[in-house]
Formats: sequence, structure tokens, C-alpha cells
Amino acid sequence: MTIDRRSLLAGAAASATAIAAPSLLRAQGAGAIKIGEINSYTAQPAFLKPYRQGWELALEQVNAAGGALGRKIETLFRDDGGKPEDAVRHAGDLINAEKVDLLSGGFLSNVGLAIADFAAQNKRLYVASEPLSDALVWAKGNRYTFRLRPSTYMQAAMLVEEAAKLPAKKWATVAPNYEYGQSAVRWFKELLKKAKPDVEFVAEQFPALGRIDAGATVQAIEASKPDAIFNVTFGADLSNFVRQGNTRGLFEGRAVASMLTGEPEYMDPLGAETPVGWIVTGYPHADIKTPEHTKFRDAYVKKFNDYPRLGSVVGFDTMNSIAAALAKAGTTDNEKLVDAMKGLKFPSAFGTAEYRAVDHQSTLGAYVGKTAVKDGKGVMVDWSYRDGAKYLPSDEVVKTLRPAG
Amino acid sequence: MFDLILTQTLNGLASASSLFLVASGLSIIFGVTRIVNFAHGSLYMLGAYIAWTLVGRFGPADALGFWGGVVLAALLVGLIGVAIELLILRRIYQAPELFQLLATFGVVLMLQDLTLASWGAEDKLGPRAPGFKSFLIIAGNRFPTYELFLIAVGPIVLLLLWFLFQKTRWGTLVRAATQDREMVGALGVNQRLLFTSVFAFGSVLAGLGGALQLPREAVNLHMDLSMISEAFVVVVVGGLGSVTGAYLAAVLIGILHAFGILIFPKITLVLVFLVMAVVLVVKPYGLMGRAPVGQARGHGPAEPLLLPADGLTRLAGAIGLVLLALAPLVAPDHILLTLTELVIFALFAASLHFMMGPGGMASFGHAAYFGLGAYGAALAVRWLGAPMEPALLFAPFLAGLAGVVFGWFCVRLSGVYLAMLTLAFAQIAWATAFQWVELTGGDNGILGVWPSAWAVPKTSYYYLTLMICTLSVLALRYSIFSPLGYALRAARDNPLRAEAIGIDVMRVQWIAFIVAAFAAGIAGALFAFFKGSVFPTYMAIPRSVDALLMVLLGGVQTVSGPIVGAFAFAGLHEQLMKATMYWRFGLGLSIVLLVILFPRGLVGASLMGLERWRRRRRPAPGLAVEAAR
Amino acid sequence: MSAAAAPQAQPVLVVEGIAKSFGGVKAVDGVSFAVQAGTMLALIGPNGAGKTTCFNMLNGQLRPDKGEVRLAGEPITGLRPRHVWRKGVGRTFQITATFTSMTVRENVQMALISHAGVSFSPFGRARDRHREEADRLLARVGMAEQADRACGVLAYGDLKRVELAIALANRPKLLLMDEPTAGMAPRERIALMALTAEIAAATGIAVLFTEHDMDVVFTHSDSVIVLDRGRLIAHGTAEEVRRDPNVRAVYLGSGATSGGH
Repeated sequence: MTIDRRSLLAGAAASATAIAAPSLLRAQGAGAIKIGEINSYTAQPAFLKPYRQGWELALEQVNAAGGALGRKIETLFRDDGGKPEDAVRHAGDLINAEKVDLLSGGFLSNVGLAIADFAAQNKRLYVASEPLSDALVWAKGNRYTFRLRPSTYMQAAMLVEEAAKLPAKKWATVAPNYEYGQSAVRWFKELLKKAKPDVEFVAEQFPALGRIDAGATVQAIEASKPDAIFNVTFGADLSNFVRQGNTRGLFEGRAVASMLTGEPEYMDPLGAETPVGWIVTGYPHADIKTPEHTKFRDAYVKKFNDYPRLGSVVGFDTMNSIAAALAKAGTTDNEKLVDAMKGLKFPSAFGTAEYRAVDHQSTLGAYVGKTAVKDGKGVMVDWSYRDGAKYLPSDEVVKTLRPAG
Repeated sequence: MFDLILTQTLNGLASASSLFLVASGLSIIFGVTRIVNFAHGSLYMLGAYIAWTLVGRFGPADALGFWGGVVLAALLVGLIGVAIELLILRRIYQAPELFQLLATFGVVLMLQDLTLASWGAEDKLGPRAPGFKSFLIIAGNRFPTYELFLIAVGPIVLLLLWFLFQKTRWGTLVRAATQDREMVGALGVNQRLLFTSVFAFGSVLAGLGGALQLPREAVNLHMDLSMISEAFVVVVVGGLGSVTGAYLAAVLIGILHAFGILIFPKITLVLVFLVMAVVLVVKPYGLMGRAPVGQARGHGPAEPLLLPADGLTRLAGAIGLVLLALAPLVAPDHILLTLTELVIFALFAASLHFMMGPGGMASFGHAAYFGLGAYGAALAVRWLGAPMEPALLFAPFLAGLAGVVFGWFCVRLSGVYLAMLTLAFAQIAWATAFQWVELTGGDNGILGVWPSAWAVPKTSYYYLTLMICTLSVLALRYSIFSPLGYALRAARDNPLRAEAIGIDVMRVQWIAFIVAAFAAGIAGALFAFFKGSVFPTYMAIPRSVDALLMVLLGGVQTVSGPIVGAFAFAGLHEQLMKATMYWRFGLGLSIVLLVILFPRGLVGASLMGLERWRRRRRPAPGLAVEAAR
Repeated sequence: MSAAAAPQAQPVLVVEGIAKSFGGVKAVDGVSFAVQAGTMLALIGPNGAGKTTCFNMLNGQLRPDKGEVRLAGEPITGLRPRHVWRKGVGRTFQITATFTSMTVRENVQMALISHAGVSFSPFGRARDRHREEADRLLARVGMAEQADRACGVLAYGDLKRVELAIALANRPKLLLMDEPTAGMAPRERIALMALTAEIAAATGIAVLFTEHDMDVVFTHSDSVIVLDRGRLIAHGTAEEVRRDPNVRAVYLGSGATSGGH
């Protein structure tokens, strides 16, 4: 059965290349290098508007410096509206009609996985910028897919490191009810239990994404009397959860570890109500003083007259890493490009990072710190940068997690 | 334990209030105008955004500033409602039933982008309400005073509405119109004024519902759709047109949510639809609803004559088919991919049309069968290791089986109630695909559903799709003109008469339901192999809405309408999505314009044009036949 | 009261003591009568007398609380409308009920298809089935020329004729007509009822009809039964009923007189 299936896939792939061949030849010409960038621009605008701006900034800089391979780089943006099947349609259209050289983008995990599967089928490089799903590079990882952002596992691991230092024994979790929320909770539980075997999880809440019934959820958690809470909600769910939790005193005397909450996209709307003392992953944009970041931030502020969000960094870095890969490969031939991506070191706004050869995950890290309120706004304090490379399982473990090799 | 029960009950009551405000407005509008107003959730969202701006401007700390802002926001939303009614809906009241739904959906799309453009993408956490910033200790738990205020708002508004409907002339008219629309026309009431005022009133309620959420929820761009589906549920569970019923249903849903998350934290989303399904099965007209008066007569204009295709139409169809068959010779790959998708959608739309046009059963959940077909194929590939051919054969039976089960319940209802029950079943199917991660892969879907080697080349798969879809569509067409199709139309045109000549109305509708589900399943299976993957979104509400749009856009009373509608809608959608970030505005505007210009759908309009042209050429020979092929 | 019909051959329809209450109100209370083949029986009574309830218990829309309905000796009490029809009962509606998306001929064809028991068949074109027979029936009611018109655009009187043709499609033993002439001009009324009487006489179909117009009743009925407040108060020929003091009291009391509207 397996053999059948594999030979079948091989046949499929072969014919797909045969059809794609003439377009490849044409794309090798002197015109611009085209990147097909697919994202949920209309469905997730709060993250993706800054993302696109960050991307455009990097694109402008790269092209001002002469582009790549002596050619300009051009981006074709497509909106998938949050639907994986639309993303796949755009991917097909971008490759077949627009003759793009490679694909990038993806916000939601299922969109990322769908594009990744398509990329493998069509033998195209796909640089996944944002989807956090571990499956993207592990369980369903493939030769053509690379991911920039620290995955769910990595961010959970960063928080576990801090959570394990707390005296709290009884934990409650609240996470949006889809793959990201579910696997964040799963990893957090697994890693925290490993680090601290006597912890106990007393309540699990899985509100539907974007539909949290915050008052009732807060009350349900309160009823389980936990010592600490692990939160994965974000966006409007987070705002509602925080407001109800603040009024109802859920967070008083309780530690909270929270995924992504330090990102300006999610913290800024909370304003003066930002809860104090949560352990979060995020992006303290105003306070990072490294030369790379200062340069990035100044350029960004100058171009858009607005401060960067984390999305801006992701867009900026994705674009730059692609430019680096093109320079390293010296060609737009996708097989060579994929080889160049393996182990590629690229400049990011957070310093140099690398796409690991072993699982195609980049080592871009995240900032972990505590939340605080300053001048009526949420900020991160006591933060430090956590290099992504340190929060990944050993290569041996990774190989067992990644059947594609 | 007791304290938890008490607080969760209070929580449920608090969230019921806004739901009630929105749902009561929706219910009143439906009762009088028979419009299923999809844009009602958007009005709710606008209420929240406008209140956010006004309160910010007036000064959130000041009681007058806050409450003044809230009330003014509600009134402004009322004005927006009036504008929608005057500019769009007023022009299409005479169109076939549910056609207005199409227009209101266009409005939803336009308002989404207008809101994004006006307020930006970031969520807005509003200020707390002056005087209600703190909490009381109830049963040992802190309970926000604002939630207590909201709990009071529901019954107060209910009381005010009751007073309005019982004690004022306007209210009496609204009640009369809800019970029997024709009667009000006969009473010589200014119907236009009544409709506009009712629409404005409903909009104010929606706006108020949104504005009152300000201290409670972050204002965001997803509020419209998350509210509208729940408000529909409340309206239907309560009984269309019944305000008291809406309140009861809102409380039921609110409390269900609050306790549901204690017991089944993972299925809160589908819980409401489960409840709706149960209520509709047990009480077909909702908790407080009454069977509509004069149902046998039906609403809207009488169904026009349906004739088999004449030479001209057949010729057009044949030419279209030949063009499609020749397309691979000239069209580049990407056009071929688009065509493959369009052909699949044409079958999907035709399958919905079969139950909706001749069958008179509008479905808000037709994506369920499309999705089940896709999942049938994907599951066969993933779990049985089946190659494409048997998977394609197997898949429609899964969809058909769902049609057997769901249809059995649905055909016991009619009109909007039937449509809402189909929606409930679709949501249940969607939730199953979403939650049963072990089997379906959850929201990450099932990947690697690629066709057999011979069908992998785009041209081969295109021909495969074209062949299967053409045969299926022709089979559907053929059966529309068979005795079964006639019996189906008889049951739609006049159920009483149909029963009186020995036709088992429910059974014939059930058969149609199953056939439609089966055909949608074929489309879904083809779609799965086309995309190489399946996702729960295949059965989500937007895809059901897409199918409705295609059928209505093409013209529900014509047989070729859905095919034209599918090509028009999907083509437009794709081109706009490529062309602009603000594609939703463009699509919404196009839909609204098409609806106003062609209230019988694209095919309906062109046929009428053709008929007029013919009549002008040779004066009518006494046969004023209104043709619709 | 409840006088049985004169003994003849077996009546087509026998109704024995049927009753129906709605929320404690007795709408029909123990009504019995019979209709003979080839005759026309008029059911009359003032508004609210229980005519419609009585009618709906015969056609299957309502189930009687008590009593029995027999068609040609076979009980049909409480059967659904479509089963009543299968037993051989045709009917016309007070407000005409036809299929507006079909032509006149197709309306009749539909009834014929159903009579042939193939309404669930997905094969063959319905338009080609029973065409001659449909045309024969339409010719009989004088609608042959309009066979290709849409039912949605017909004049009211013509619709009534189409309904009659539909009702005759299953070769019924009994024809139930609820207010057959309501909403028609006086000349059309007479024409329609004359046609019905002629068909009844020629085919032996028994006809039961309710009627407001006393001219129609007295001209076209072979016998008349009178309902008042759910009870049968008179039964006889038109002339007998006209002279019945009970009937006079009821009709004078309700303000209506012979001659109708």
C-alpha cells in the first residue's frame, strides 16, 4: 500500500514538473524575481498589516542595494481570507499564471500546512513566516518548507522555563479551541510536568476562537482555585478575558504565564488594563537597543510613521531571509534554493538567525519578560531575548518527530 | 457548588441581554418585512465601533459623555439602517423570497471593509461604564456591576417593547403585519413607511446591543459574523417574530453557554446549534412561534411557469459545453485550474438549486454535503488507502447518507425554519470535523488527497471534472422534468393540493433532499482531489452562503441559473480577490448592484429580456406565458 | 333530524355520527348523512355552523373525534388526504389550488401521474405522460384551448374548471367541492355547476358541496343538508328544506335569506 502510494506521488510530482518546466525556463530570464506571498490579510489584519509593512521595508532595502542575483525582487500579495483552500488556489495561480519563483507567508496553522503540502507536491520552496504549528516542520515537515517564527513548542518551552521556577502547583489553562491552542496546552503540560513533576492541572478551558464567553470562563477557572494560569488566548478573546478577570479578581495572588501576550498587537489594545506581572513571550519594541533592531526600528518609523509590531519584524525577517537564500544559492532554481536554505544564516531584526538543516525551523527567538503598565500602556519589563536554538529538542529527538528527514 | 451555579446563571443572563437586543431587532424586521437580514450583525458591530468613537470624544469618564455616546451610537445605527432600507431593500421587496438575503449579504461584505478602513485593524477595548466600574460580592464571588446592569437591561427592553406593541398604533400595525402581511396591505396602511420604520427600529436595537458591549468586550472586526449566527439561532428558537420568545431563547442560549463551558468546554460552539436542532424538531415553530397564517397561499409572487429548454437555450448550453471542452487546447494552466473550480461549483450550485428551486426548500447549510463528500473522499484515502476512483465513488454516499438522516428532520419544516435546521445540521457536521481530531485531523484537515497518476495532469483532471459534473448536472436537469421533478414542484407550488392528488409531500421532498446532498457530495469529492486536501472550512457557513449566492444570483426559478450564477459569482470573487485588498467591498457592491438591477437573477433577467424582445417582434398570440427555462 | 337517506342502492359516501371539538367547543357534533351515486348533495348552514370542519373530516385534513366515514362501504375515517384521494375522492378548494409553475395541461397530467402511482419516478418526461387523457379531461371542462397556458395567469372561473379537471383525474367515486362558486360572477356560477351536474349524472360520481349561494343550492342540488352549530338540523330536497321551520329560523336569525348575497 505504501509503495503504491509513494510511486503514485512520485508519478504525480514528475508530471507536475513536466508541466511546470517551460515556466521555469522563462522565469530564469532577466526579469524580476517574483515571490508569491499568501496571507490572511483581511481575516487577521491586526497582525498582517504591520507584517506587510515590514516586508515592504525589507523589500525596498534589498532592491535599493541591487536586489538579488542582479535582479529586482517583486512580491505578489494574495489574500486567503483565512481559508486554506483559498490559499492553495492562490498558490496554484501564483505558480502557474504568475510564474513566481517561490512562495511565502501563512498566518493560520492550517493555511501554512496546506501551502506546505502544495509546495512539496509542486516542488517549490515555501518560506512559512508565521504559522506556529509544530507539525509544519515536524510531523508533516517536507523538503520544501521552512519556517521562520519560533514554534508553539519553542514558545511554550520558553514559558515553562519560567513557570517551573514558580512555587505554583495547581495550574489551570485557557486556550482557543483550535490546533494552536490545543498543542500549546499539550506542550506546556508535558514540559512543565517534566520540569516539575508535582504540578497538577486542575482546569482546562477551550473557548472557541474569537467567541470567548469571558465572564463564564473566568468563573469556571476561578471555581477550580488554581495557583497559576497558563493562557493562550490572544486578540479580542484576550482583551475580554483580561477585563473580566481583572474585575472578578481572577489574577490576584495568581501567577500567569501567557503566550504571545507581550506582542504589541495583543498588548496595546489592553492599554491601562494590561495585567501586571504576567510572564509572557512578546516584543518590547521600544526598549530593544541592539544595533540591528535600532536600525530596523528607525527605518520602519521613518517609512510608516508608526512603531513596529511583531508582525513587522516577521515580515521584515522573512523577506530578508529569502534574499539571503537567493544570494547564497546564486540561482532561482528551487532545488538549489532549498539546499541553500538548509543551514542558512540570515540577518534578522533580533540578530543573526539560522534555518536549521535538521528540521527547517529557524532559530529566531522571542523575548520573554513580565508585563507592566507604564503611562497607561502595557509594556514588557525584566525581559530578555531567548535564542530559539536553545528551546528545541535535541537533533535525535527531532529526527524521530520528523519522518520526512 | 451553589455559588458556582448562581454566578454562572448570572453570567448567562448578562450575555443574554445583548444577544436579545440584536435578536429582537432581527425578529421584528423579519416578522414585518420577511427579510432575513444578514447585515444585522454588521449593524451590531457598527453600534460598538461608533459608540467607541463617540464615547472617546465625549469623555468616557463623564456619565453623560458615556451614556450619551451609547444612545447616540444606537440612533446613528438606526439612520444607517434607514439608508440601507431606502437605497437597497425598498427596491427589491417584490423579488422572490430570500432574494433580499443576497442583498443584505452584500451589505455585510461592504460594511466589513468600510469598518476596517474607518477604524483600522486593531481591536478597541472600550472604557468601563461610569458608575458600573466595580463589582459586588455575590455568593462569595466578585461579580461586575456592569454585568448586573446588563441583566436588568434585557427585561426592561422586553417590557418597553411589549408596551410599544400593545399600546401604540405603530406597535399594533407591526403585530398585525407579523401575523398576516397581506392583511395590513388591505387595511390601507402606508406599507413603505411601516417597513422603513421597522427597519430603523430593528437597527437601533442592534446598534444599542453593540454599544452596550463597549465596557464588556473588545470591539473588533469579527463581531458581525459571530453575532449574526447566534442571533439567528435565538430568533428561530424563540419563534420568528416573537419578541418574548427571543428573550427566552437568548436566556436559554446564554445560560447554556455559561454551564456548557463547565461541562463540555470544547463544544460550546456547537452546543447552541444542537439546542436549535432539538427545539426545531420538537417545536417546529420555535418556543413561542405560531404557524404562519396563510402559509398555503405562500408569500411573494406565484412561481412562474417552468418550461423545458427550447432550441435557443439548448444551443447556448451546447455551445457553452463545447467551449469548455475545447478550453484546454488554448487556455493556459491557471485558467484551467480556475475552470476546474468553476465547474465543480456549478455542480454544487445546481445541487442546491435542485432542492431550493423546484423543491422550494432553501438550505443555509448545503456546505455540509459538499464537505461530507470531500471528507468521504479524504477519509477513504487516508484510512482505507483507497485510490482516487473508489474514493470518488464512495464519497457521495457519505453525503447522501447525511441527506437521508438530516433530510428526514428538515422536510418536516418549511421556509426559514427548514433553512435554519439545515444550518444547525451543517454546524454539527462542521463541529464534528473540527473536533474529532483523531479521525479528521481537526482544523489542520487531511492533506495529501491527490488524484491517481493518470488524473494528475491539470488537463486530465479538468476533463474528469467536466465529465462528471456535466453528467451530474444533466441528470439533475433531466429529473426536474421527470415525474419526480413535477411532483416536487407540485409540493412546492401548493402542498395542500399536492396532498389532495395523492402526492406524499414529505417523501418527495425527502427524496429531493437526498438527491441534492448526493450531488453536492460528488462536487465535494472532486474538490477534495482538486485541492489535495480537505478542511472543516469546506462545511463552514461561508461556503453555504456562497452556494446560496450562486443560486440566487443566477436566478432560483430557472434551471440554468445556478450554473451561470456559479460562474459569475466564483469568477467575480476570484478576480476581485486578486485585484484588491478591499475585495470584500467590491464583491459586496457588485452583489448589491446585481440584485437591484436583476431581481430575478441573471438568467431570469435575460430570459425576460428575450421574451419581451420576442413579443415585440410578433404581438402576443393571446398566450401571455412568462417563460423561465 | 339526522334522517337517513331513502333506501336505494349502496350509497357512495356514508357518514355516521362524526364529531370534532376544538378546545372543548364542539364544532361538529354527531353528524350523519349519505350521498348516492350520480347525485349532488349540498351542505349548507350559516357561518360557523361547522361546514368546513365537517368537510375537512371527509377529505382527511382533520381526524374525527368520533364517528365513521365510509366510501363505497369501506371505512376511510381518519385517513390522510392523499390516502383519501387514493380511495377515490376528488376535491376542489374554496380558494383555487393549482400548481402555478405548470401549464393547465401539466396540472392535469400531474394528477394523472400520481393516479398511475409513478410520481417518484425520475425517468421520462412528465410532459409526455398521459397527454391525451389530460386533453380529454380538459375538453370535458371546456379548457382544451387553454391547455398550454400557465395556471398562474388564468381567469378565476377558468381556474375552477382546471381544478375540476384535476379532481376528475383519479376517476373518483366522490367529488368534494368546498364553496365551488365563491368569488365567481353569477353567470359563471351557473355554468360551472351545470357542468358539474352533467358530469355527475353522466359518470355516476357523487358530489358533495358546500355553498353560500342559495340560488346555486336550489338549482343544482338533488338534496340538501343543513348544519347549525355543529348539528344537522334538516335533510331533504331543496323544497323541503326551504320550508323547514328550523332552517327558516336559523337563516332568518342570522340575517340571510334565500337568494343569498
